[in-house]
Amino acid sequence: MEPLLKVENLHVRFASYAGNVHAVRGVSFEVGRGEVLAIVGESGCGKTVTAKAAMRLLDRTNAIVDKDSRIELDGQDMLHMPRRKLNTIRGKDISMIFQDSMTSLNPTMTVGKQIMENLLTHTSMTKGAARKRAKELLELVEIPDPEDRLDCYPHQLSGGMRQRVMIAIALACDPKLLIADEPTTALDVTIQAQLLDLLGRIKEQNGMSVILVTHDLGVVASFAQRVQVMYAGQIVEHGTVEDIFKRPKHPYTWALLSSIPGRALSSKSELYALKGTPPDLRRPLIGCPFAERCEYCMGICKKQCPSETEVSEGHSASCWLCHEFAPKVQPPRIFGGNE
Amino acid sequence: MENLPLNEQDFIPLGASASEGEVLAGKPMTYWQDAWQRFRKNKVALFAAILLVIIALFTIFGPAICGYDFTAQNVKIRNQAPSTEHWFGTDSLGRDLFARVAVGGRVSIIIGICGALIVGVIGCLYGGLAAYFGGRVDMVMMRIVDILSSIPNLLLVILLSVVLESSSIPTLLFAMTITSWCGVARIVRAQMLQINRSEYVMAARIMGVSPVKIVLTHFIPNTISVIIVNLTFRIPGFIFSEAFLSYVGLGVAAPNTSWGTLASAAQSTLLFYPYQMLFPSLFIALTTLSFTLMGDGLRDALDPKMRR
Amino acid sequence: MMNNNEILYDVQGLSRYFPSKRGVVKAVDDVSFQIRKGETFSLVGESGCGKTTCGRTLLGVYSKTAGKVLYHGVDKDSLNKAQQKEYLQKNQMIFQDPYACLDPRMSIASIIEEGMKVHFSYSASERTAICAELLHEVGLPAEFLSRFPHELSGGQRQRIGIARALAMNPEFIVCDEPIAALDVSIQAQVVNLLIRLQKEMGLTYLFISHDLSMVKHISDKIAVMYLGSIVELGTPDVIYNRPMHPYSKALLSAIPVADPDGNWAKKRIPLTGEVPSPVDAPAGCKFWKRCPYAKETCKEQRPALRELETGHFVACHFTEEL
Repeated sequence: MEPLLKVENLHVRFASYAGNVHAVRGVSFEVGRGEVLAIVGESGCGKTVTAKAAMRLLDRTNAIVDKDSRIELDGQDMLHMPRRKLNTIRGKDISMIFQDSMTSLNPTMTVGKQIMENLLTHTSMTKGAARKRAKELLELVEIPDPEDRLDCYPHQLSGGMRQRVMIAIALACDPKLLIADEPTTALDVTIQAQLLDLLGRIKEQNGMSVILVTHDLGVVASFAQRVQVMYAGQIVEHGTVEDIFKRPKHPYTWALLSSIPGRALSSKSELYALKGTPPDLRRPLIGCPFAERCEYCMGICKKQCPSETEVSEGHSASCWLCHEFAPKVQPPRIFGGNE
Repeated sequence: MENLPLNEQDFIPLGASASEGEVLAGKPMTYWQDAWQRFRKNKVALFAAILLVIIALFTIFGPAICGYDFTAQNVKIRNQAPSTEHWFGTDSLGRDLFARVAVGGRVSIIIGICGALIVGVIGCLYGGLAAYFGGRVDMVMMRIVDILSSIPNLLLVILLSVVLESSSIPTLLFAMTITSWCGVARIVRAQMLQINRSEYVMAARIMGVSPVKIVLTHFIPNTISVIIVNLTFRIPGFIFSEAFLSYVGLGVAAPNTSWGTLASAAQSTLLFYPYQMLFPSLFIALTTLSFTLMGDGLRDALDPKMRR
Repeated sequence: MMNNNEILYDVQGLSRYFPSKRGVVKAVDDVSFQIRKGETFSLVGESGCGKTTCGRTLLGVYSKTAGKVLYHGVDKDSLNKAQQKEYLQKNQMIFQDPYACLDPRMSIASIIEEGMKVHFSYSASERTAICAELLHEVGLPAEFLSRFPHELSGGQRQRIGIARALAMNPEFIVCDEPIAALDVSIQAQVVNLLIRLQKEMGLTYLFISHDLSMVKHISDKIAVMYLGSIVELGTPDVIYNRPMHPYSKALLSAIPVADPDGNWAKKRIPLTGEVPSPVDAPAGCKFWKRCPYAKETCKEQRPALRELETGHFVACHFTEEL
């Protein structure tokens, strides 16, 4: 089946006072229908920028998307679509929830009005019908006393509630694709668990696709089906959750998984820690972006950027270790796991 | 990308090359050096700053360049249009306007800068003390500020100028600064309270650093940039107020002059000699605009929130 | 094994209330615990449970409303001037926000020196040498001394914060969410550093965090807090493998596990509702409104912290029956 979202060769640059930051460097991926794709990586790796570019939410004054980048939603070209048409798609076919619910909601509007606003723009509903639907949506996101909550202002709700309201707004028009940018990062674990459950249930019901942007591998393992790991604006590895957590191929993925303390062997032992810092994205990169910090770095890694190698179906890594000439490297022991 | 032919030599493991210690990009830079870098990149603000320097030079050396005394009257050359002889023309008493605009500029700019400095000093002391004592003292002090700032500013200035019956520069400054320090006091207090809650001040307290030392090392350096930016924005306000007061006849007395006085004098003959109005107003506009644009640039360069 | 060690802090009935417009906020409410020398004592809980306030009240950043803090067996309030000065030197803190904890106008050298100047009489060159050594200790090159905080990354700033605390030659450090704002790989760097420093210098930590998996790794003892009170206290082994309090059970089961086979969703004990505001904390057990096992007694009587087995304390009326 034709994928829902298709991103090809996406490049994004930002103008900053200290030079152009090349934040996303040739990213290509697809999101299938009804699928949850997680984009993982550390701060500054370009995961949020990639997600925002897909919705064309980047600030037009300083973000430049390269001419030959392509983003297609359901066969429609998102990047060259006129604004007018874009506005009929955004909020309807594709919507987004953000990390910070306090700044994403309008503090001067009641929760009910904010949900209705989305409905009234994209459907031909009457006000009464929209209010009824808004109440149903609040029920859907499991907010107690939805009728009363409709007339609340965002500041009267707790952080978890506000995040639920954001989900309700995003879901108002039954989107085909939901982009969730660190949706639970600002919340406590028990609330996070409630929300992930909720998102999972709604996804099952509506059959929508989800792009989950996060740095929390725990959340990824329990929620996503496919994962792509980003480093320095590039996708270094992508595959199913099983592939990434059990048979990771890229040293950066190894490093990420090894630094999770739960996997360490004994308490107070040294945790695996990556040395150094990610490369400066203002400079052009020669070779593999991870080469400097990689324990398995080879001569070739510093000369030429590795291309994507398919390890098994749907699982590829961009690493020279996958090349036939490369020495056979044993990944760190931790991945033995229970097996 | 062009693929080079690969050979097995390239696949010999090298290991990580990132050092244990970390490296920093770029030269070491102090806070002010970094701010200057930012400011320099802002072309508009830089242009405004250069323009201000030129205007300042003009007010200082203007009379010397054109060679006319700004008080020298010459009835034979009344109301002449700009020419090679008199670059800005002459006024109704035959005085050279180039010299007069330059000298008037001194008064205007001095009033602007002195006004800002006065409100700066008073505002810092008042706001700083309010934040330092806190509690009830702070409450009372800030209510006084509220009351003072609710008095219509211009009305008070006009009233004071009339009552004081003198139109020297100090009187003007007194009238204009009597309530306008309130804004600075508010900003300083807010900034102080914010610093007081910050973790680096908490760290200093935990380490037992004395309160005086904390004020000197943390409070003052972190407030100064906010004050600089605020005062830069206030200078055009004072220049404007002075121009307005002079315009309504409450400004500096003859033979001394200012841009406002010049504009005021040109008003009656505006239709016949528009250039007499043009030059002083042009300078008022250019100066206030430049200060505002430079203030914008300074704010962007000094704002700690921008530097992450 | 740690039991032989001297008790550094004995906290008895510590409370800190804040007045607010809607009533008194009991941020820390009658909390008692002991910290032994050389161990890492962790306070965990969700935001608003009072863990940060507890750490700050312990150090005296906030004055306490009630209770006693015994430091080396002596009431902290009864210290004389010289002892107070020594206390200020030996007890330090590292902070959560790597951006807010360093003064942006000060060079790294002057940040690290700040406290040293108060407590030790070194010459300027001695201070510079010590600063360079401290930077080396936290894994940064000496050239950082002339740099300014805005030139550093989050992880590097956090290490400067640690170096600043170390400069005081402390015996006790309150680590207030030191890794919450950092990336996973950088978190590991900082935690490794803290563990190494503890081993080398015999430091004692009060580690405050909401990151339960990191707490498990670093702690010798863990106290789970809920709405200003400690609900369970014990070793990591006990807390993570055999939690007894219904809240600890739910909290621990909510941590997402980075293992696709974890069946995390199925094993979870769901918790309904949200943490009530500390202003209108329910009478009786603070958790009863959300507790699936709540009975009449729980609504009326506040459970005390009881020792179930050696070193394992639980504040619940019915632990044995669950």
